[in-house]
Amino acid sequence: MTDPIIKFDKVVKRFGDLTVLDELDFEVQKGEKVSIIGPSGSGKSTVLRILMTLEQIDGGIVAVGGEPLWHEPGPNGLQPASEAHLRKMRAQLGMVFQQFNLFPHMSVLRNITEAPVRVLGLSKVEARERGEELLELVGLADQADKYPHQLSGGQQQRVGIARALAMRPSILLFDEPTSALDPELVGEVLTVIGRLAEEHDLTMLLVTHEMRFAREISDRVCFFDKGQIREEGTPEALFTDPNEERTREFLKAVLD
Amino acid sequence: MLFGFEWDLSNPLAFAISILPILLIGMWVTIQATVVGFFVALVLGLIFAILKSAPSRFIAWPARLVTEFIRDTPLLVQLFFLYYVLPEYGIVLPAFMTGALALGLQYSAYTSEVYRAGIEAVGRDQHEAARALNLPSARTFTHIVVPQAIPRIVPAMGNYLVSIMKDVPVLSVVTVLEMLNVAKIIGDRTFNYLIPLSMVGGLYLIMTLVASAGVRLLDRYLPKQGLPLK
Repeated sequence: MTDPIIKFDKVVKRFGDLTVLDELDFEVQKGEKVSIIGPSGSGKSTVLRILMTLEQIDGGIVAVGGEPLWHEPGPNGLQPASEAHLRKMRAQLGMVFQQFNLFPHMSVLRNITEAPVRVLGLSKVEARERGEELLELVGLADQADKYPHQLSGGQQQRVGIARALAMRPSILLFDEPTSALDPELVGEVLTVIGRLAEEHDLTMLLVTHEMRFAREISDRVCFFDKGQIREEGTPEALFTDPNEERTREFLKAVLD
Repeated sequence: MLFGFEWDLSNPLAFAISILPILLIGMWVTIQATVVGFFVALVLGLIFAILKSAPSRFIAWPARLVTEFIRDTPLLVQLFFLYYVLPEYGIVLPAFMTGALALGLQYSAYTSEVYRAGIEAVGRDQHEAARALNLPSARTFTHIVVPQAIPRIVPAMGNYLVSIMKDVPVLSVVTVLEMLNVAKIIGDRTFNYLIPLSMVGGLYLIMTLVASAGVRLLDRYLPKQGLPLK
């Protein structure tokens, strides 16, 4: 096996007295599609938020692409990362949020082109072309000039995906991308994510409650419980024949 | 006679008509003081708001202290201070500028709170999205936070605009010839206070109604989700 693109080494995360991640060890290989499932409060989303640098860690090391994310080398070994280091590291990652987090005052196209122009230094024309291509990819080519509130939830989330992709990340994080959607809109978003999983060598990390979908697209499924990975394996193994009693209980509860 | 206009005391209506141009000159001063005061309040308030939310305590605390002090002392005290104390230190401003500055200073303490509330009302989700996209924090402030905060602060700012307008007569104590001061002079000279003061009330009502309507109109036409960026 090659070096993992994501590596959590005994990572601890606390919110006050609550330990959300308890010396978590976790690795993801380049190009791998990993689904994270588990009860709420098990630390699933926290893993993504730490990777996206939205949440600091209280212990351990997180490495992305072989480099520490929250630390950088200093005169006395590793020291907390500077904003410049975080900016550099963040360029490898993209995130799709549960609540979409689109910029409500920006047109759909502007939502997508804002960061490529400002951060990557693309010209407006280049960014526009990239944006239109991505809108095509998510099936919203005709909605470029609309504003988020004029779109359905499913369409908004597809814009969210296009926006994240516009930064050309090598790792894409999905934080419960369909949890805020009406049931009839879930399918269109999953279709887009599924297509991405099939056609791109993106590394994908997906926190989800859509078990059937997780089973279809994942190379590996991790069951989180109490801040640790309780069990992981191929979708077949984990869904059909889990080893752990806790996994079985959880799957029984969500699949019924 | 005032400002070159004679008054006609033959009957109340003739008197009212004859002093209207005089009062309108005063009203124009009132409007100017309101506009300058409001502008100062908007600019200074934004500066205070940014200082108050500065990450460094050594900046945030003094800023908070200053605005609290401004807010908790009467406008008249500040006005006297600027008008009588500053010249002792060689800063001599025309009465009008001193007055407008005092108004703006007093209200900047209030507008800074409005700005702060508007800025804080822009959700964490927006900051996180900007961070995930690696947008620089200055860009996030100017292009994500501010356009969304503006529609939220317009109604409150509009209220302060009207309040400033109603506080302009305070400037009469430092000799500014705004509308009320003019009316009082007319009264002193003609011994008829009823008509000029009633007219001041009526003219004030018109001004505040127009200002409020303008603010409401602006509020209605600003998109609630923020100033649009194509």
